[in-house]
Amino acid sequence: MTSHVLVGVAGAIPEPLLRAQSVAGKFFLMFFAIALFAVVFGLVLLIASLFKGKTGERFQGVLFAGPAVLLLAVGLMYPAILTIIQSFRGKSGEGSFSVENYQQMFTEPELLLVLRNTAIWVILVPFIATGVGLVYAILIDRARGEAFSKALIFLPMAISMVGASIIWKFVYQYKQTSRPQIGLLNAILKALGFETQQFLINAPLNTFMLIIVMVWIQAGFAMTVLSAAIKAIPDEILEAAKLDGVQAFKMFRFITLPSIRPALVVVITTIGIGTLKVFDIVRTMTGGQFDTSVVANEFYNQSFRYDAGGLGAALAVLLFVLVIPIVVYNIFQMRKEA
Amino acid sequence: MSTLEPIAMPEKVSSEMEHTTGAPEKKGRRKKSAAGDAARAISSPWASVAAIVIAVLWTIPTIGLLVTSFREQRAINTSGWWTSFSDPGAYTLENYRQALAPGSSASLSQYFINTIVITIPAVLLPLFLASLAAYAFAWMPFPGRDALFVAVFALQIVPLQVALIPLLDIYVSRLGIGASYWSVWLSHTIFALPLAVFLIHNFMRELPAELMEAARVDGAGHVTIFFRILLPLLTPALAAFGIFQFLWVWNDLLVSLVFLGGTPDVAPITVRVAELSGSRGSAWYLLSAGAFISMIVPVAVFLALQRYFVRGLLAGGLKG
Repeated sequence: MTSHVLVGVAGAIPEPLLRAQSVAGKFFLMFFAIALFAVVFGLVLLIASLFKGKTGERFQGVLFAGPAVLLLAVGLMYPAILTIIQSFRGKSGEGSFSVENYQQMFTEPELLLVLRNTAIWVILVPFIATGVGLVYAILIDRARGEAFSKALIFLPMAISMVGASIIWKFVYQYKQTSRPQIGLLNAILKALGFETQQFLINAPLNTFMLIIVMVWIQAGFAMTVLSAAIKAIPDEILEAAKLDGVQAFKMFRFITLPSIRPALVVVITTIGIGTLKVFDIVRTMTGGQFDTSVVANEFYNQSFRYDAGGLGAALAVLLFVLVIPIVVYNIFQMRKEA
Repeated sequence: MSTLEPIAMPEKVSSEMEHTTGAPEKKGRRKKSAAGDAARAISSPWASVAAIVIAVLWTIPTIGLLVTSFREQRAINTSGWWTSFSDPGAYTLENYRQALAPGSSASLSQYFINTIVITIPAVLLPLFLASLAAYAFAWMPFPGRDALFVAVFALQIVPLQVALIPLLDIYVSRLGIGASYWSVWLSHTIFALPLAVFLIHNFMRELPAELMEAARVDGAGHVTIFFRILLPLLTPALAAFGIFQFLWVWNDLLVSLVFLGGTPDVAPITVRVAELSGSRGSAWYLLSAGAFISMIVPVAVFLALQRYFVRGLLAGGLKG
């Protein structure tokens, strides 16, 4: 029933309010949207302020929380439920109930490869990125030019994964060994007397080359959070340990590491979740070809390129299911610390 | 930042921001840290060498592409960028001119504008909606409040991939806003809400209840309290989330790709650059300039807002 009402709305939106060709038109649309939003919320708040007394107050609460809750229900919960249903309705997502998509996911060699790649990503990226971040945070702690040193590692976090992919694609650029090299990595190989490599085409090497890009992006995040955790260790503990003549390595192993454990858990799990959903890097660098696809990329390809909406939905649900244990682990660890 | 949907607490966010600038280092004696001591004690020169090696490894790839973006088209494809330092006179702005020139087929300017038009409302909308909701969840009693808050909190774990296809269907066939800015504004808002409500709610609960009670006694309604008292106090939290959301939206590929496709009317620069990387993978003169055009704003905004944010933090005093 609501859908009919909405179809009515659809026809009512005039084209100039949907799209614009000119720069002025685009900015007009932007300001129009912001103004419309402001007017609607001005009205909502005006109505809210009219309600008085105990009952009125409750109604105000509903008006304040309502828009966000409504958007989440219609825009996230409802679609998520539809996707789950779709994943059980065959390859196209429109047939009758079956577990075909899930069966296919765990039996078809191509999809098994996707699962294997995703596993490699999720195992390697969080630990390498956190390891590099931790080592770097320790090395530069209280050193001269600390802020600058941090910025160097942290800046990759501010740029898009598309930009990062372009940067690294150029590092990996391939030319035949006999020709002058323009990619840094192959130039180094050639200088050392090796054959140049097609880093993005040769499997399974290429998956690891893509993983390097993600590590490059995430190490800064790990470094920043861990550095803050290291600085938060109380002086007294350190002084006491030093008076007792504790060695540097033991100090790290028995004082620093346990003190920053909660931060380590947060960093590793957060990067793990981010890695699980990695899409931009794979899509920009290889498009998932040459055996490099991962679940998030395969979801996109199946849904939008191969017209297999059901299989795509199943892959999305798989992502969802894989995120849950990481989050649960995270919550448990936090409880334990608290 | 683009991948991260941090489950971080506000203090995590704040410490992160504070320590990346490093600017407002507290005066007084320099604190020793166990780890720093450890590094120094192992052997200081080696620690420095290791730090420098990591720093160089992390910087060289970007420098390589940056240098390339200023080289002539022919030179890029015939010699390595590191050879260009011997002839500094050969650098040119031609690649950027071509990438920005209006009207040319290679032009990115339209896409750049699309990115701006997409990003600004997609940051403002969730900030405002989430603040309102967070206020209700923190300070207004209404039936089912706690259950609703837990539900919103739990939605943080839903990967947006799970919602994309049905949402696209809703936009196209029910609302008639397919392939328009409206679809991405709405989507970015929806996907940002769980984390935003959670972060801002946490921050609001830190504020003293007496503040609200005093205002109530003076006869102020919720609307007045929200705008006059809370919003100003919330600036640090809003700035923190604003930076996250800004970087997220500006750098996003997936959401725009799904809802907008690649048309110059609406598609953002990330979509276009990714597309160029596939279709014209050896046009490095264009790719290098394009990549840096897409990066300059987030890097600048990040560095600038960071300072603002730290100041707000130190003045507002988050969590003692």
